[in-house]
Amino acid sequence: MYITDKSGFTKETKGQRVVSDVTCPFCGSACDDIVCVVEKDPKTGNEHIKEVYNACKVGTANFLPCKGAERFTTPLWRESKKDDFEPITWDDALEKTADILLAAKHPLIFGWSETSVEAMRYGVRLTELVGGTIDGQVTHCHGPTVQAIQEVGYPTGTLGEVKNRADMIVYWGCNPLNAHARHLSRYSTYVSGFFRRHGRQERKLIVVDPRRTDTAKLADEYIQIELGSDYEIFQAMRALLNDAEVTKDPIGGVPLDTLKGLLETMKSASYGALFFGLGLTHSESKKNNVEAGIGLVQALNDHTKWQIMPLRGHYNVGGLNQVLSWLTGYAYAVNFTRGMPRYNIGEFTGVDMLARKEVDAMFNIAADPGAHIPQKAAMTMAEIPLICCDIHPTPTTELANLILPGTHDGIEAEASCYRMDGVPIHMRKVHDPPAGCKPANHVFLEELVKIVEKKLELPHVMQ
Amino acid sequence: MAIIKLNVTSGATVPQGVVAKGGGKKLTDYKNTAAIIFLDKQDFKKLETYPGTAVEVRNAFGKVIVTAQLTPDGPHPGVAFMPRGPWANVIIDPDTKSSGCPMYKNTEVEIEPKPELSPLEMADLMKQEYIDKL
Ligand code: SF4
Repeated sequence: MYITDKSGFTKETKGQRVVSDVTCPFCGSACDDIVCVVEKDPKTGNEHIKEVYNACKVGTANFLPCKGAERFTTPLWRESKKDDFEPITWDDALEKTADILLAAKHPLIFGWSETSVEAMRYGVRLTELVGGTIDGQVTHCHGPTVQAIQEVGYPTGTLGEVKNRADMIVYWGCNPLNAHARHLSRYSTYVSGFFRRHGRQERKLIVVDPRRTDTAKLADEYIQIELGSDYEIFQAMRALLNDAEVTKDPIGGVPLDTLKGLLETMKSASYGALFFGLGLTHSESKKNNVEAGIGLVQALNDHTKWQIMPLRGHYNVGGLNQVLSWLTGYAYAVNFTRGMPRYNIGEFTGVDMLARKEVDAMFNIAADPGAHIPQKAAMTMAEIPLICCDIHPTPTTELANLILPGTHDGIEAEASCYRMDGVPIHMRKVHDPPAGCKPANHVFLEELVKIVEKKLELPHVMQ
Repeated sequence: MAIIKLNVTSGATVPQGVVAKGGGKKLTDYKNTAAIIFLDKQDFKKLETYPGTAVEVRNAFGKVIVTAQLTPDGPHPGVAFMPRGPWANVIIDPDTKSSGCPMYKNTEVEIEPKPELSPLEMADLMKQEYIDKL
């Protein structure tokens, strides 16, 4: 293991470079303590990552691709989706992209969670120019969480506060050991903090989930609930907290006494943190589940200090919410058909628009909706002109007309992202992208925006 | 062998994540890590089959062949788990009820063992489910 005593060192020895304090561009934990050993190929002069330290298994796969993984390095085009792809130049690819988006009545500009904040800015401008809708993975991940926060607010904090202060951690409807593998060891449970020197020994871990997940197996207390009963359980706990009489027993498969016990444990914490995942946003009641959870945490603050936080999936899924909020005033699903930003969940959310076949062209970047959205919506993607920017083949590129070779922002280019707690992080560059790819995704997006502006005879206004 | 009905929930797993993040979605590894349905021991008994058997998972939205495996997270009879990916998406309820978010965590399905079949590779699945239907 490399110990990074100095922040941000880059050391060169024997043809190898060691880059420290790299941010892992995968999950919302955005661990920024990764160390990469970079090696130069003496023949080609190209650099590649040889070793990775500190990252989890999935994070490591980001830096060290699977054996046999294909990498796009040139734009690929096919007129018909039944044909094979042919390589084309970047100039032709951007020209085609501009033409497709301008010819469309209602284009969808989708994705963004795995690219930089800098790229997102151009995405918003592009959407405004072509009069389309901009949305991202947030719509089908923590979209309901955003809605709940808009309705009732939320008492939250940073992961640093959890690390330094929390003595009780609750994971509800999530399995961080599989989806955010270092969350427990770096931020919440095992880590030693300023006021929690002894780490795990000073913290109680509780997991609530319908399945006895890997995280549940590590917990001090695991409560198994019925699928889709989160709302009922949260509301019962809020009622109990307000000394109301609850007559139903069991609730959502949990005996009432267990819930009473859980509540007493939660009240006894000096600083508690509740993390929730897609278990709440992907089951019946969606945003109401989250609202009820927030309500419980708000009520607990009458007794002791508690905070609540969604476990955001991709490293920059929160970034799209931030960029859209500061540029348009809305967090996601923003429509520009009338030339000004409009926001309406259900109407302008990507999955709904695709499922209703209201979209007639799609630009997808740094996302794989082909793998992550249900069949009805994915079918529309197959039916319409689809441009996809990605680094490797995905189910989405299988449905595309045009593939733009992406740059791995955060590894092959400097980038900014927002961690799951809303803390912005500057990501260091490790090595250059392969020949044929642009220096960063925002570089080709700027070129694209300029082409579209030229076609519309508009001046370039972005700095 | 019998046909059973249960609720499917889907989500991330480490093996599927490693292949997806490592750029291996076109490799057989993706099929091996994502074209899976994890069932409880009791549900295997009802299905009258063994872990490792190919099964057809179907509902009104579609049907897909995946491999049934014993859940490491049991007991959860009546609940099945599928790693997220294009195979699970064939049967996920696309209705968002105007929330923007489909029902990834609670979709009813019917499962029937089909030992003579095996799951499709990602590219073949996309072709069969979408491109061939154009
Ligand atoms: S926990 Fe997430 S951010 Fe941290 S190394 Fe693993 S995948 Fe990367």
